Amino acid sequence: MSDIKFTRALADPDHALKPAGRPGPLGKPLVLANDGLPEEEKAWFCDAYPTASGPYKGILENFLNWARSKSLWILGFGTGCGAIELRPLMTSRFDMYRFGIQPRPTPRQSSVFVIGGYASVKTLKRIVRSYEQMMGPKFVVALGSCTINGGMYWDSYNTINAIEHYIPVDVYIAGCMPRPEALLAGFKELQRKIRRGECEGAVKYAENFEWYKANQKKVIHDWNMPDYNY
Amino acid sequence: MRTIPADIAERFEVGPLVSKRADLSTLDVDAKDVPELLARLRDRHGYRHLSFVTATDQIEEGVFVLTYMLHNHADNHSLGVKCRVGRENAVMESCHLLWEQMWTYQRELKELFGIDFPGSPRVDESFVLEGWIDIPPMRREFDTREYSERTFPTRPGRSTKDPATHMKEKLYPEAL
Amino acid sequence: MEPSIPLRIAYAFASLAVITVYGLLLIGSMARISAKVQGRVGQPVWQPFIDIVKSSGKRNSISHGVMFWLGPVFRLAGGVGTYMFVPAVLGSVVFQNFSMSGDLLLVMYFIFFGQLGMALGASEGGHPYSAIGVSRGLAQMTAFEVPFALSIISIAVQYGTLDITKIVMAQQGGFLNWTLFTNPLAVVAAMIAFLGMSGHNPFSVVIAPQEIPIGPPTEYQSNLLGMLQTNRAVFNGAKLVLYMNLFFGGATNVPVMVVKTFLIYFVNIFVGQAFPRFRTDQAIRFFLGVPTLIGIAAVVLFAF
Repeated sequence: MSDIKFTRALADPDHALKPAGRPGPLGKPLVLANDGLPEEEKAWFCDAYPTASGPYKGILENFLNWARSKSLWILGFGTGCGAIELRPLMTSRFDMYRFGIQPRPTPRQSSVFVIGGYASVKTLKRIVRSYEQMMGPKFVVALGSCTINGGMYWDSYNTINAIEHYIPVDVYIAGCMPRPEALLAGFKELQRKIRRGECEGAVKYAENFEWYKANQKKVIHDWNMPDYNY
Repeated sequence: MRTIPADIAERFEVGPLVSKRADLSTLDVDAKDVPELLARLRDRHGYRHLSFVTATDQIEEGVFVLTYMLHNHADNHSLGVKCRVGRENAVMESCHLLWEQMWTYQRELKELFGIDFPGSPRVDESFVLEGWIDIPPMRREFDTREYSERTFPTRPGRSTKDPATHMKEKLYPEAL
Repeated sequence: MEPSIPLRIAYAFASLAVITVYGLLLIGSMARISAKVQGRVGQPVWQPFIDIVKSSGKRNSISHGVMFWLGPVFRLAGGVGTYMFVPAVLGSVVFQNFSMSGDLLLVMYFIFFGQLGMALGASEGGHPYSAIGVSRGLAQMTAFEVPFALSIISIAVQYGTLDITKIVMAQQGGFLNWTLFTNPLAVVAAMIAFLGMSGHNPFSVVIAPQEIPIGPPTEYQSNLLGMLQTNRAVFNGAKLVLYMNLFFGGATNVPVMVVKTFLIYFVNIFVGQAFPRFRTDQAIRFFLGVPTLIGIAAVVLFAF
């Protein structure tokens, strides 16, 4: 994963980076704006910043990390053309179940989000929403060159160029399209990273929440959802 | 050899029937005649199926060319009815009463080309793009690359090479 | 010798622990067998344990209020309650549970109780798919309860008692005394109801991940999901033990119980791998058709 500078793409340079949970300028806790929502709906949604839980250390955490690596539940959300490569993984030829990988239909229960190739702005909105609804620790596998640098859609008016500006990514699988074998290799790499305790995307997202949120709002112009879809 | 039916030739000022393939012809017509012509083709000449409606941006001539592609299932023939609409404040009469699905195409054209169809249902709602704030992206004066570079941050260090010159530099440096 | 109350509670917990582990292994091994049928390697047998550890080890969890939280608790209470009033092994001090305190009607109530509690909790989550899943689940449940209840009535008439221990005692002394041979119609009706109860393939529309997302537990996550997964094992074990007691002569030691329950559960896989999935309305029509008639025949045969 590249070490991107967390200040480069801020929409407003004065919008200083504040770690989540720290009190705001007037001593009150920071409260989300929930900009896009009608006034009467604001109370229905969470208006608190996500808090970073972890990273933890110790024997128990090592054991849990092992369990997490052995039980990867993919969110069944095909965000792009690459989702077609996930289907063969379930078949008897590739059989991802033997690694403890299985699809799960709801973000609440899944732990791995596979970004299947190009993400248009419209899809990005749903990606953000689904990602935020997942329970931490959560992992993101981005497959295809479109997620890395835009791929063949690098100059498209409607397709984002680097997914890591909007949600944290743990493993990239290059290729256009990567074959199911490459996907399996990517999942194995993800398992190794989880066992080493390096996959703390949820923590990173919470700590750099304002940076991510500013990036998301820069491209999603009709922001009509809560600022944090917890 | 297909010819323009007599009742159409005497009622409308139509261009020649251009045959593209055995099962595909196009017909140029004035924009104001389009709804009436489509209705007549649908009701009297068997072109009951609307395949699609699309636009091409002829920026050099300052017009959009709208193509209404109809299909006649009885003799397996497609007919494209073409008309020209000025690019500035492009407005076209809505034909959604002829085919129910027409308003979806018109909504798409409004969003991607900026051609307005007054009276078409939901024509002002966003279709594919959500919250688009620039000029309609399918117009040819829209620079998609410039927009992409301005809007979507890229991974640092990206560089692209033209394959032809790159291979030339690599293999035959003396030729340059 | 009657054990003291604290000792019996300790035994009950031991028995519960055994049935949980056994139920999880059963689910894992059945998934593996299904995989073999499909020509795959399949997940490890201990995968359900890892899943529960992972679910319980999640760092965040959300709640939609007290009732939402109580849903899995009710479900688990239903599973544990069902198991606690069924003697797992006849004559064993550890595995007799509290079978002398309850009867068949109480157990039947507990089977329904979990689903109802889950329905209340899942609806509290506010997710539309939960509501659809709950309505499908309850509809299917109401349908398969009909042949199941008829079968229970039939064997209650046959043995003249609702006490499970007495029903098991009556079946001892050779396999020809099993209900399977003395009242085959009731067993057939009950086994068809069992297919619906287990939620395997022909009747899996309620919790099928490919249908409306996973049904009632759509909003459940983290430790609540872990609780539901644990309950699935306990509930499966309890149902299997109940069926073994009522229809297949019970068990006098643990190996016999394991073999019999494994074979009863295997019926699910056998049917599930061969038949495609029913829609909810098809499932209801199915249960209210031939299985209900068989159940009525079983009742009529012994009542008159």
